[in-house]
Amino acid sequence: MIIAEKKPIEEIIGYVDDCGKLLILGCNECVTVCEAGGKKEVGILASALRMYFLNQGREVKIDEITLERQCDHEYLEEIRDVADQYDAIVSLACGVGVQFVAEKYHSQRVYPGVNTCFLGATEERGRWSERCQACGTCILAYTGGICPIARCAKRLLNGPCGGSSNGKCEVNPELDCAWQLIIDRLKALGRLEDYEKLLEIKDWSTDRAGGPRKVVREDLQI
Amino acid sequence: MRLTYPTSLRIIRVPCSGKVDIIHILRAFEKGADGVCVIGCREGECHFKTGNFRARRHVEQAQTVLDTIGIGGERAMMYNLSSGDGPLFAKYAEEIYEKIKALGPNPIRRQKKHAA
Repeated sequence: MIIAEKKPIEEIIGYVDDCGKLLILGCNECVTVCEAGGKKEVGILASALRMYFLNQGREVKIDEITLERQCDHEYLEEIRDVADQYDAIVSLACGVGVQFVAEKYHSQRVYPGVNTCFLGATEERGRWSERCQACGTCILAYTGGICPIARCAKRLLNGPCGGSSNGKCEVNPELDCAWQLIIDRLKALGRLEDYEKLLEIKDWSTDRAGGPRKVVREDLQI
Repeated sequence: MRLTYPTSLRIIRVPCSGKVDIIHILRAFEKGADGVCVIGCREGECHFKTGNFRARRHVEQAQTVLDTIGIGGERAMMYNLSSGDGPLFAKYAEEIYEKIKALGPNPIRRQKKHAA
């Protein structure tokens, strides 16, 4: 899922300080799971902003809505009738959601309420780590299900490098060496011979370097 | 025991202190409470193992938010107490009351009165 972190309230106040009516828009998907932009966080931010404005002697109307998703037209349509009633919308969705709201409600001020961090997994509550860089050409089949692109600091295809020591990466002693993990996993699978096979030069044309990407599935289009 | 404690304290019973989330604390302030104190079981004695630790985290989160928006994080507090310790509860209640009295009324309530 997409991992995001709440923006500091001071930063959000800076965006909306001149507003008289605000909509805090949450998202029920990834940002709910990583506790950055779900219904609960919408309530916390709205409550904090209401108190901030009241403390400044201003009564700002702040409404709270949490959509199923902010990256789909059909769910964003749910605020069609109310969107223009606000001076600004603070979207607590990932960067995708914020942009989609801005695209869809073109004349509306839209601000991000979270910092979108990476594609990752929940290791435990309050601890998330990166697992995928969305490079567009998945090689997990050859690396024991562990991605060297996302998890090796050098994105090495045939590792490890000399910086791997006791299973840790030289970049950060708390960071596991992805190639050590790959070797351990291949060993556990009884497929260590796969490690001997050199991975070919990766096709990076599907990565971000070529600019914004698009997936088009004509078989799904009507 | 016939212990006395300040009458301005309103007790809200919850199944576990861990149930008290940051939003409950913030809403109390939004509604005009001068202070909020979460009283959980003693550390290591939580029936649900980590409820009181969770409560402490929630109080800390609320304190950060309250400090940021100028209400004052010290208005949110956390105490640990055994449910059988009445005299200590009365002592803590007095302590909470004195702390909040020293801080003065919730500025939100004052502003709400002005606005009305």
